[in-house]
Order: sequence, then C-alpha cells, then structure tokens
Amino acid sequence: MNNPLDAQVGDRLLRADFPHAAMPASSALKRLLQHALFRPAAALALLLLLDLLTIPGFFQLTIRDGHLYGSVIDITNRAAPLMLAALGMTLVIATRGIDISVGAVVAMSGTVAAMLIGGHMGLVNGVPAYVSKTPMAWALCLAMGAALLCGAWNGLLVAWLGLQPIVATLILMVAGRGLAQLFTDGQIVTVYYQPYFFIGSGYLLGLPFALFLVGAVFLVTGLMMRRTALGLFIQAVGINPVAARLAGVRTASLIFFVYVFCSACAGLAGLMISSNIKSADANNAGMLLELDAILAVTLGGTSLAGGKFTLVGSVIGALIIQTLTYTIYSIGLPPEVNMVVKSLVVFLVCLSQSAELKTLRQRLFARRASGNAA
Amino acid sequence: MNALMTRSRGLLASPYFTSLVTVLLLLVLLGMGGAAYPGFLSLQVLFNLLIDNAFLLVIAVGMSFVILSGGIDLSVGSVLALSTMVAATLLHRWHLHPLLVIAIVLALGAAFGAGMGALIHYFRLQPFIVTLAGMFLARGLCYLISINSITIEDPLFVMMSRSQLHFLGGFVSPGVVIALLTLAAAIFIAHFTPFGRAVYAIGGNETSAQMMGLPVGRAKVLIYAGSGFCAALAGLLFSFYMLSGYGLHAQGAELDAIAAVVIGGTLLTGGYGYLAGALSGVLVLGTIQTLIAFDGSLSSWWTRIVIGALLLVFCVVQRLMSIGAGKGGK
Repeated sequence: MNNPLDAQVGDRLLRADFPHAAMPASSALKRLLQHALFRPAAALALLLLLDLLTIPGFFQLTIRDGHLYGSVIDITNRAAPLMLAALGMTLVIATRGIDISVGAVVAMSGTVAAMLIGGHMGLVNGVPAYVSKTPMAWALCLAMGAALLCGAWNGLLVAWLGLQPIVATLILMVAGRGLAQLFTDGQIVTVYYQPYFFIGSGYLLGLPFALFLVGAVFLVTGLMMRRTALGLFIQAVGINPVAARLAGVRTASLIFFVYVFCSACAGLAGLMISSNIKSADANNAGMLLELDAILAVTLGGTSLAGGKFTLVGSVIGALIIQTLTYTIYSIGLPPEVNMVVKSLVVFLVCLSQSAELKTLRQRLFARRASGNAA
Repeated sequence: MNALMTRSRGLLASPYFTSLVTVLLLLVLLGMGGAAYPGFLSLQVLFNLLIDNAFLLVIAVGMSFVILSGGIDLSVGSVLALSTMVAATLLHRWHLHPLLVIAIVLALGAAFGAGMGALIHYFRLQPFIVTLAGMFLARGLCYLISINSITIEDPLFVMMSRSQLHFLGGFVSPGVVIALLTLAAAIFIAHFTPFGRAVYAIGGNETSAQMMGLPVGRAKVLIYAGSGFCAALAGLLFSFYMLSGYGLHAQGAELDAIAAVVIGGTLLTGGYGYLAGALSGVLVLGTIQTLIAFDGSLSSWWTRIVIGALLLVFCVVQRLMSIGAGKGGK
C-alpha cells in the first residue's frame, strides 16, 4: 500500500464493494476496513468464532496450582517460538530479503545449549540437587552467540558480498543442521537440569514464561522501530535500496543488522523449543519453521516485495497459524489436512495481495456496472 | 607474460569456465577417491553413481530451465513424493494398467507445474513463495492419501527395478537410460529451439524479452510445467528404485537439485549456464556421498556440510565473476 496508485485502486475497490462507504457516517468504518491489520485480525476472529461454535469450552480458563490453563493460553504458548521467528523474519522481509536458515539456527542454538548444560542429579553439600555441566548463564550466552554468528554470516553474504538472500541463507540451511549434528555426533541430547526447563515450560504470574519472553522481544523491537529512525530506514531500503543508499542510509549495515536480528530471534526460539522438549534434536528441531515464519509474516499483511511492514500483523499471523493447527486437531480432522490448508491459505493471501487480481476484479466490476447502466 | 595474462583472462571470461571448473572438480574428487580406496575407480562404482542419482539428475534438468529463466522451484521434492504416492495408489487400489498409471502421473506433474507457472506469471507472484506453497500442498496431499508407505508390486515396475542393462562390462538400470535421454532431450530443447532461446532471454531480462516480442507468458508456464513433469518422471524413477510410494520420500531433494544446478555452473540470477552442467553437478554431489560412504568413519551429516561449503564456494565465485565482468548490481 506504499504505492499511491495502490491506495487509489484500493479506494476505488472499496467504493465498488461498499457503495455507501462514501457517506461521512461510515467513514470510520471505511478507515477500519482499510486498516492494514483489518484482514489478519478478521481472519483470526473468524477462526476463533469457528472454535467457539465447534469446540465446547474453548474460551474457558481455569486456574490450577496458580497457573492459568485453557485452550487460548495453550495456543499462544505453543505459538511462542513461531511468533519470535516471525518477528525476526518481518524485518528481513521488509528489506526485500528472506531468511530460510531459521530452522537450522533453531537447531544450532538448541543443540549448543543442551550440550553445554547436559546435567544430572548430583549431591551438592550432601543435598541432592541438579547439576549442569557449565553454568546455565554461560551456556545460554554461548547458544545465543552461536545464533548471532549464524546471523552475522548470513548478513555478511547478503550485505557485503551481494548474494541473493535466498541463496545466501540456503547455504546455512543446508550446512547448519549438518554442523549441529556434528556437534552432537548425530545423537539427540537430553537435558536433566531443572532450571533450564523454565524458559520453555515455566510459569510466571500464572502465565507461561515463554509469553513474557515474546512480549519483551516484541516491545524492544517495536520501540526500536517506532522510537528510532531504524524502522523508517528499513522501510526505505525495502521500498528502493538504491534510492535509500543515495539518500545516505547505510544500507549494508542495516541489512547486516536485520539478518543478525532474525537469527537472534531464531536462536531464542531454539532455546525455547529445546527447553520445552527437554532435549535437542539437531535433525528435526525447528523443521520447516522458516516456512511457517514466512507464512505468518505474509498472513500479517507484510508484502513479500519489501517496504512497509507490521510487527503486530506478524504476531497475529503466527497466532492464526497456531489456531488453525489447534482447530484442525480439535475438530477431529486428520492432522495431515493441516499442510494442505496452510498451502491453500498461502495461495489465497498471495493472490489477494497481487495488484493484477485487483485490476482484474476492477475490470469485472466496471463491466457489470456499465452493463447495468445500459 | 602479457600474452599469458590475456589468455588466462580469456579463459576466465569464457562461458565454459564455470562448467569446466566443475568437471575439473569432479575429476579431482574421483582421483582422490581412486588414490585413497582401491576399487573406487572401477566402472561399476561410476555406474552406481548414475543409478543412485538418476532421479536427482531428472529433477536437476527441470530445475535448470527454471533457474535459467531466473526463477526457482521449491516444490520438486514434494511433487516427486506425491508422484510415487499416486502411482502406488493407482496401481494397487484402483488396479489400473501400469502404462496408464505412468501417463496419468506424468500428466498430473506437468499440470501441477503449469498451475504454479500460471500463478507466477499472470498474477506476478514471486516464484519462491508460490512453489513453497506448492511444496506444502504436494506433501500434504501425500499424507492425505496415506501416512504409511505403500509397497509397489506391479510386474512392470518390479521389472524396471530389477533389470540390468549390461554395458562395457558393467551394468546400469533402465532408470539411468531414461534420465540420460531426458538430459539429451533437454540439451536439445535449451540450445537448439526457439523455446530454449526464450528461456535464456527471460532469464537475462524479462522486460527486454517481452519487448522483443517473445511469448514470455507461454514460456514461463511451460518452464514450470516442464519442471513439474521432470519431478513426476523423477518420482516414477524413484518408485522403480524404491518400489514403494511414501510421503516422506525425497525430503530436501529440491535443495540437492538446486545445489547440483549451481555447482554445474548455472547462475542463480538466470540467463547463464549450460544444461549439461546438471549432469556434472549431480555427479559431484554423488561422488561426495560415495566418498563419505567409502570412508565409513565419516557420518552422513558431513554430506550436508560439504554440500553447503561447495554451494558457498560456487556462489561466491559466481558473484565475484559477475562483479569482475562489470555485470554487478544484480
């Protein structure tokens, strides 16, 4: 919608769809309908409505052992790693890039953390306690360090060498999992250290701790994008990289930062996943997470062509995906349907974003209108 | 001295350069294998390379056209799996004649690709996202048919699986012959037909191709239909090889195919490269796998790491070459 022509087309379309939209009384409604977040939010609301009607007690929340339980909590909790990955991916896509190494980074950071922590039940001063191989803080720092290194690698290839983003990140996608397997010798590393589990399955103030992590990352990212010029610069790079560079934006550093940020989010998601399943599986952890993240970003309304982006939209997109999965499981459809539905949703969303479809629809409407007049 | 410089620059600028590097790399790899392991350089080991990778060669051929036109097709691995699944189902649940099954599978693959091509061209969607959705769709359809592996016991398929064509003292499977024939046909199409020239022109610059009056839309739909057809054919070869249909077959094959095409010297930005590069790329990948299998102490994940490293080297070299040639900026 950054294109004035697009806005014009959208405006005309809206009038064609809703002939009364021009009246002042409904201008608020018009603004609401035109809002970038309207479609993703409406899709989520529709899904939730479907759940409300088909799944008994969907919105029920109960408090057990001081923890809040319920389907809604469950969905948001399970969507936490995806929300993180989608936040990172949003910035990458906003610069016209793509990062398909997210899953590999998830595997890498989870593996590093799990290997360093390991852990067993031991005696400390004669009292049984959980003992980790290396102090957990160090392990977490090193795991995040590995993720940042992955991001720096991607950033280097894209920003300074000028490789196409999909190719540059393809390299890490292929090799990353191999490296993670090399660290663990192909074994699944199990963790026996209680404090580590808090990241992925702990509760704080009655809510899953993972949600606080996502909230913190979201807030920090949102503040960076809104309160500093960073958001504007990223948007400028996405709309026209050459113009942005000529206008004095340090394009290369910006693109480098975006990839590092995306990998950091993926690394955190990796910690969350490995802590939640109490082990690290270098071969399967975060499998296809990059695709879900891209899907979440697209669903949220950020165009794959770069430019304008919305962080809230991506979070909503991630929630849509998780709600969809939950719904499919609960209604009793075979889980295999999930992939088919997801792919159809991608096709529909992409088509709805395409300018060609808009002009096609416009032409159809115009023809019908002129037919009526005659 | 000066003459040497000019000659070396001439060699670097020659369109054959990247392809030659790959062939050289292949010879070095084979030489290393031959030096380290007695029996590595036997004819049958080389034939086995082809037998094990016949399906990959066929996908890489389809992928070459897509990449030459500046696009990418991530759906080929899933379409391959779907083809094995459809073939197995049609044979054993519907009891159709195997030749009819083969025809249906190939037609479905081509139609799947053509559908994606139409979306990409007529709605100006990015090839990456459309084929990604196609990948999901095809895998999902596999699991909808069945989540279990379906064994194929049809006599024709079993015959294709078991028969050995003796040749120069070794033997190859019928799949190898089909794959090599596909490659030969593709080389002819790419380098000796108007369609092939259109593919290169679109990869070079789509707008110019359009302005030159080339049928860009038709060519793009045909390119993706061809890739889908190749993926379905590869699926048939794979089901000859494995004698089963399974939704988990050939996971990540699209990445191997892309890697093979890139290593074979085709530029990922499109418009530059040779179809024959697909063969050398696939053989390099196969040789690495064989070397790792011969070594015995190296684990399978080394394959991934080495392929990743090779991809890196080739992408960087390509990039530096294009900067050197003053083409930069892409």
